[in-house]
Amino acid sequence: MVTFTVNGNTRSVEADADTPLLWVLRDHLALTGTKFGCGAGLCGACTVHLEGVAVRSCVLPLGALEGKRVTTIEGLSKERNHPVQRAWIELDVPQCGYCQSGQIMSAAALLRSNPAPSDAEIDAALSGNICRCGTYVRIRGAIHRAAAILRGETPP
Amino acid sequence: MSRGSRQLPHCIDQGRRGFLRRTACLSGGLVLAIAVPVSLGSAREGGAEPHVLNAWLRIGADDSITILVDRSEMGQGVYTALPTLLAEELEVDLARITVIAAPVGQAYVNALNGGQITGTSNSVADAWEKLRKAGAQARSMLIAAAARRWHLDPSECRALDGRVVASHGRTARYGELAAAAARMPVPKDVTLKDAARFRLIGKPLPRLDTPAKVDGSAEYGLDIQLPGMLYAVIALSPTLGGKVASVDSTAARAHPGVRRVLPTARGVVVVADHFWQARKARQALRIEWDRGPNARLDNAAIRSLLLRAASNPGASALQSDDVAPALKVGNAAQALERAAKIVSGVYEVPLLAHATMEPMNCTADVRADGCEVYLGTQVQQLTQAAAAAAAGLRPDQVNVHTTLLGGGFGRRLEVDFVPAAVEASKAVGAPVKLIWTREDDMTHDFFRPPAREEVTAGLDERGRLLAWSLHITSPSITARFDPTNKDPFDSVIEYVQNFPYAVANFGLRYTRQEIGIEVGYLRSVSHAANCFAIESSIDELAHAVAKNPLDFRIELLAGKARHTRVLTALAARSGWGHPPKGRHQGIAFMEGYSTKIAQVAEVSIEDGQVRVHKITCVLDCGQTVNPRIVESQIESGIIFGLSAALWGEVTLRDGRVEQSNFNDYRVLRLNETPEIDVQIIPSDAPPGGIGEAAVPPVAPALCNAIFAATGRRLRSLPIGAHRLV
Repeated sequence: MVTFTVNGNTRSVEADADTPLLWVLRDHLALTGTKFGCGAGLCGACTVHLEGVAVRSCVLPLGALEGKRVTTIEGLSKERNHPVQRAWIELDVPQCGYCQSGQIMSAAALLRSNPAPSDAEIDAALSGNICRCGTYVRIRGAIHRAAAILRGETPP
Repeated sequence: MSRGSRQLPHCIDQGRRGFLRRTACLSGGLVLAIAVPVSLGSAREGGAEPHVLNAWLRIGADDSITILVDRSEMGQGVYTALPTLLAEELEVDLARITVIAAPVGQAYVNALNGGQITGTSNSVADAWEKLRKAGAQARSMLIAAAARRWHLDPSECRALDGRVVASHGRTARYGELAAAAARMPVPKDVTLKDAARFRLIGKPLPRLDTPAKVDGSAEYGLDIQLPGMLYAVIALSPTLGGKVASVDSTAARAHPGVRRVLPTARGVVVVADHFWQARKARQALRIEWDRGPNARLDNAAIRSLLLRAASNPGASALQSDDVAPALKVGNAAQALERAAKIVSGVYEVPLLAHATMEPMNCTADVRADGCEVYLGTQVQQLTQAAAAAAAGLRPDQVNVHTTLLGGGFGRRLEVDFVPAAVEASKAVGAPVKLIWTREDDMTHDFFRPPAREEVTAGLDERGRLLAWSLHITSPSITARFDPTNKDPFDSVIEYVQNFPYAVANFGLRYTRQEIGIEVGYLRSVSHAANCFAIESSIDELAHAVAKNPLDFRIELLAGKARHTRVLTALAARSGWGHPPKGRHQGIAFMEGYSTKIAQVAEVSIEDGQVRVHKITCVLDCGQTVNPRIVESQIESGIIFGLSAALWGEVTLRDGRVEQSNFNDYRVLRLNETPEIDVQIIPSDAPPGGIGEAAVPPVAPALCNAIFAATGRRLRSLPIGAHRLV
């Protein structure tokens, strides 16, 4: 039994210690917003926050989570109003949308540590998140827009 | 023969992929549809059943408006674009609409594809009249219901923003009128709005599916949860085409959580309480594989198969006039004999994987009297037929619930992952979600076929194009996918059939050569290989006569206003001929899906590698329904095309796919994404396709830019396989 915090709620999970957090979230806790893309930490679709830092949940075993604090896309905001989510909606970033939970979690983690990232800093922070639909141009724009929202700027 | 006759009739472009005829009409009328939570803010469950106005529209007494979309949403925007067409005529705001996926049904057949299928970039073209008419008919029925209630003539009432308004001032909400309207006769003749009166069509409105895609609530096949559901994985033959010879599942069955180990036609299925348990138990299976006929297949063998077939086409070669008389123009072979200069080249494209972000998966719930299947699919009828066969049921006992697709790109035109889920559910008597791992998905794709394309072109003594001929050698996708299709060319000659350049002698041959493995439709299908050959060849011809590749094209497109407008706009937009210092440009054009599109690639060569700085794209896709979605689809196609052109290649060794995940099947990432600039030429022509059209020009535009930079002509893809020194 491993007990940890998910989106502010204390959860206890009975599963093999090597079960990746991704499958704990999806199959045990019914939090399916976090996606399975590669299972090897290569595509970023499963990105969540562990103690506020972006991590790949598909390679993070349950056994390492005792007492830890995890945030998933479902817990990023209560009313879909995190600056990154607002910017994503303004710019209509998603296409198929499957990778977007991971993109958004990576972007939110970036902005927490760097509220005004440059293109190069965005590239560096998001290069681990693959989007096969090719929403990259809009992702770049939306992160700049989210940074502007954080600064209190109103929509253009 | 006049230049104008080079163009094939429109119907060939649109009606070509006439497959699925055999599966059409499997289930008439409406069956259950599940709600897909794409349009939030208007969930109105718990009230009375909404009233059915027609196959696509339901209006509730509470004013809820539900539109059934019969094409699958895989990112291309149909859950917004198709409701826009209906809402335009219904006179309601887009934001009020809830979208659900249509079930299998005759009304939902895509006439241009001959089946209930999302593919060939024709969802809007198919729906353009159909859904506007459905909206206009429903509006007319609502007006008729109001007129009867008020004892007025319908001409004294009009529709306005979800209400019917009478000239004397009375109003009624659609919700109040829906029950009576649903009983009104369906008007046969309705007048559709002029484009000048469009409120929604052509406007950059927000997508309806965006909100659910930013908070994790959007539901894909992988996200389906059913009470008592079990999870399954499958052990697939490592060699493509191999089979299970024997299996020892003793160790696997002893793993915690394992419920059943089940041999199926496709491989050995492990069913467990959780995915991770099933996946671990799969590793404990001891399977002897019969490696089958491909045990020694590799890329060199495939390449030599194509070369041998091309060299000895014999009776298998098809000539253009066999099936497409319009492609018979002059006599290329004779003209080439008297040409002053021959410009020829062999262009080759490799196997490609779809690599959708969501691996293949299917959830099945088989009962004695029926079966539910939940999945992202581009082919609802084929899914129903495959599930029915696996369950031992009639097709009309199978309900197909289409979720959002985590990418399609043609991979989800296949139903190979459906039967095992159904067999497993039937065996254990519970709902089963079968999930392919990324490695399963990458190694068991229906790969884009390789092609060898030989161009022989002739110039006369004054440098004018005298003859242009193409010999394509490749496997056929359609021969497997739809054996009833009698068109031997089918998708093989895409773009070639629209060859836009004026030439007095045109030749086309196709030699079909199968390669032992199954190949499939991948975004833009044969447009990509053929555009690579055509647009590289045109570039080579321009350089052979020392002409600017843009001017050379425009000369050969004289009299074609839409084509030349695209190229002229592209020249201005891209700064053609004036690249920044150290950069080089290449251009390519493509006509397909009734869309004319052209791109300029701007590159530099650094450390023997190409660096792509910018892609400028101009297109004329006819009337746009939502220019914001068009623009994002063009960006999407360019990035998809860049991944393929730069690195895309699946290789085989001893019949096994060597790539297995995103570490060895490289796709474009954010830090590798160039600047992309898109311009849409306004047009009132009927809507063309936009989901695939931007893919094909990328590779030739890049290779033409590389030639401008290095003088080296790349005639095979991917570019990354070449050293550019």
